[in-house]
Amino acid sequence: MSLRNTVRAFPTLLKVGFSESVAYRAELLVWVLSTTMPLIMMALWTAVARTAPVGRFGQADFVGYFLATFAVRQLISSWAAWLINWEVKQGTLSMRLLRPISPLWAYAAENIAAFPMRLVVAVPVTVLGVVLVGWQVVPRSVVGWGLFAVSILGGWLITFLANAIIGSLSLFMDSSQKLMEVYLVLFFVCSGYMYPVELFPPGLRTLIDWLPFRYQIGLPTELMTNAHGTAEALRLLAFQWGWVAVLAVGTMGVWRYGLRRFAAFGG
Amino acid sequence: MLRRYLKLLGVQLKASGLQALQYRADFLTDGATSLAWTFTALAPLLVVYGERPSIAGWTFGEALLVVGWFTLLQGVLEGAINPSLTGVVEHIRKGTLDFVLLKPADAQFLVSTQRFLPWRAINVLTGVGLFIYAFWKLGRWPSGLGLLASGVLLCTSTLLLYSLWILTVSAAFVVVRVDNLTYFFTSIFDAARWPASVFRGGLALFFTFVIPLALMTTYPAEAMLGRLPWQSLVGAVLGSMVFAWVARRVWLRSIGHYTSASS
Repeated sequence: MSLRNTVRAFPTLLKVGFSESVAYRAELLVWVLSTTMPLIMMALWTAVARTAPVGRFGQADFVGYFLATFAVRQLISSWAAWLINWEVKQGTLSMRLLRPISPLWAYAAENIAAFPMRLVVAVPVTVLGVVLVGWQVVPRSVVGWGLFAVSILGGWLITFLANAIIGSLSLFMDSSQKLMEVYLVLFFVCSGYMYPVELFPPGLRTLIDWLPFRYQIGLPTELMTNAHGTAEALRLLAFQWGWVAVLAVGTMGVWRYGLRRFAAFGG
Repeated sequence: MLRRYLKLLGVQLKASGLQALQYRADFLTDGATSLAWTFTALAPLLVVYGERPSIAGWTFGEALLVVGWFTLLQGVLEGAINPSLTGVVEHIRKGTLDFVLLKPADAQFLVSTQRFLPWRAINVLTGVGLFIYAFWKLGRWPSGLGLLASGVLLCTSTLLLYSLWILTVSAAFVVVRVDNLTYFFTSIFDAARWPASVFRGGLALFFTFVIPLALMTTYPAEAMLGRLPWQSLVGAVLGSMVFAWVARRVWLRSIGHYTSASS
């Protein structure tokens, strides 16, 4: 599994993944439609802000925030945990292990390759945000767009690596689907997906700043809607990439130890 | 006729029950996940009511009742409706629905009772727990009449959910690849966790008449509070019956168009 092999195979993997995402576009659309939580939250929060703004958020700000959340959620998605669980259970992981490239790269390629199709959903939603709320829902400068792009990459990496760790745990515990549910609950509550994290009580906010979840969705959304100055944005991005590094090391460890325990079913 | 179907239902329930007893540990894991998901329903409420004493005419205790109904119905959905109907989708894809159709009983009955997950009923207990807490918070108890009305509404809500599901499954005859329709359906049902008055304009109409979420959670909560007008109660009963009838017609139609996948 040399690096050279990986680099050579990666473009092909991306091409295959992209064709798959185009072929199963209807399925992708249903997945997208099933992430409507931000829109439901938007209804609640705009109702709350009807009489008076909440913090710095008026009705229009909430619309902008949750449309951005919806768009960001499309771009940072990963479903590797389910895939790994499935392949471990079915034993088909053994086929992937025979190839001269780590399965983790293959999972990553599949996620990345779906990105263009997801952009097809995210861009119109963002345009809708601009039409409804105004230009403040997208970064105003080139630097702003750059930081936003970095935060999206970081957010996706955190999601993917967390998925890979939980997926790899299925090598130790038969199935880690329940664990994934627990993770999803924490993600929903702590990530800024259901409400902007700054509306949290101050004590809990420090806790949330140290957890990885808000860097998955909250940070990219905030950067998209210009909530932070450059200095603050850089500080938060440093936190985000710190988590990326920690999770990357964790993934390698769990995956390597887990594989030793893997005994494929079937022939 | 009726007795035969009751007996059949008994057999199906027994099979599911025995299967559930094989996986007793699921009681704990399902319980834990049920509590965790309830927490995700409560977290936004806690944050919202930290800002305001009342939203769209609902206080914290009253909104808790809606979340309670949401949790309870989720238990019904995941324990009694979802498992069977995901099974149907599987049948359609593999072509094994032929075997169900060949049996000398109504196909809709057979497929809708084929599997229950009793442990998922923990959500029902969580819902009841939320009711008790909400009323303790409100400092009063529901009237007998209110409880009776909410009981009736529980039946209509279940019927509505079931009919919606039948409609979704009928779509499976056309598009086949719908295992993720479960997620889609669950995420639409997510909108039922807030009192319906949160929604305004087009959405309010949509959630009352097209996908009647308002009827499922807000009406029973209002009935418990004793402030549901009786016209709404009658409307809910009639509406759900019409819905069920439409779902039955659509199901029969799609069964008619079913072409087996196996041969």
